[in-house]
Amino acid sequence: MDIMNVNPTRMQMSKLKKQLITAKRGHKMLKDKRDELMRQFIELVQENKRLRDKVEAALSECTAHFVNAGAVMSKQSLDSSLMSSQQQTGVEVGSKNIMSVDVPVFSSVSSSPDKGDIFPYGFAFTSFELDDAVLSLNALLPDLIRLAEIEKSCELMAAEIERTRRRVNSLEHVMIPRYEATIKYIAMKLEENDRSSRTRLMKVKDMLLAKAHHWDS
Amino acid sequence: MAKSIAIIGDSESIKGFGAVGMELFICDEPAMAPQLLGQLTQEDYYAIIYMTEEVFSACAKERERFTERPTPALIPLPGVRGNTGLGQKRLSSFVEQAVGSDILFKKN
Repeated sequence: MDIMNVNPTRMQMSKLKKQLITAKRGHKMLKDKRDELMRQFIELVQENKRLRDKVEAALSECTAHFVNAGAVMSKQSLDSSLMSSQQQTGVEVGSKNIMSVDVPVFSSVSSSPDKGDIFPYGFAFTSFELDDAVLSLNALLPDLIRLAEIEKSCELMAAEIERTRRRVNSLEHVMIPRYEATIKYIAMKLEENDRSSRTRLMKVKDMLLAKAHHWDS
Repeated sequence: MAKSIAIIGDSESIKGFGAVGMELFICDEPAMAPQLLGQLTQEDYYAIIYMTEEVFSACAKERERFTERPTPALIPLPGVRGNTGLGQKRLSSFVEQAVGSDILFKKN
């Protein structure tokens, strides 16, 4: 493992040791965050899959109804029947925080004059297939909105998990080993300096003693 | 404040959604879809924009801007031409992005 470009001093070593402790604590916290995000993500994505299967199956049924309606009605009358909608559907956008990821919460707001009468046309000149299609589509609306909410949440959480995973990996495999290697390098360098100055002192002491007492070494 | 729901796609696929109160944006030519999406997202007026799968794939570049934002949610739906499995693939790509490989939906 490569080491950092630092001066091998005690000061630097104690600084690096503090940074290493912070890095380890950060690594642990990010790992916990990743695990919890992952748990919630898996739950959400499974619900997403279930909901998508349901919505896609229901939509293909709706499409079949519309196609059947189109077969028995003229295109113009079908288009004009659907043109003027009775209700206006919107969503109230809230926000929910899942492990620091802000995900949207959609609650549907529908402004229709009469809840029982959702059909934007009279029954006299339209096919019953069209009624079925509009009814089933209307019943599907809450699921469609929930699908949008969950799918967006999954998208945002997947991006956050990827980021957190990269951070955890970089701390675990790059930052922490590098800190440890640098600290070890400084410790060894300091010991080496210590040893060399000690031998130098011993040597000087020998020389001084030899000079004072005319000893032969 | 309540925001609206839009749907973009070919007229055959989306006309029914007008009856339940969504705002329809007919786009019979998928090549024009990125421009239309750009117009719709100029102001933060739509919370959810559903798209048919063809339009959704045509707007891949435009969609990148919204991946990190909570709204609008861009959601692919199958059109009259049938289900291409794009929605499921998108789910798999989320799992792949998060986990590193698709451990949930991959079929061997």
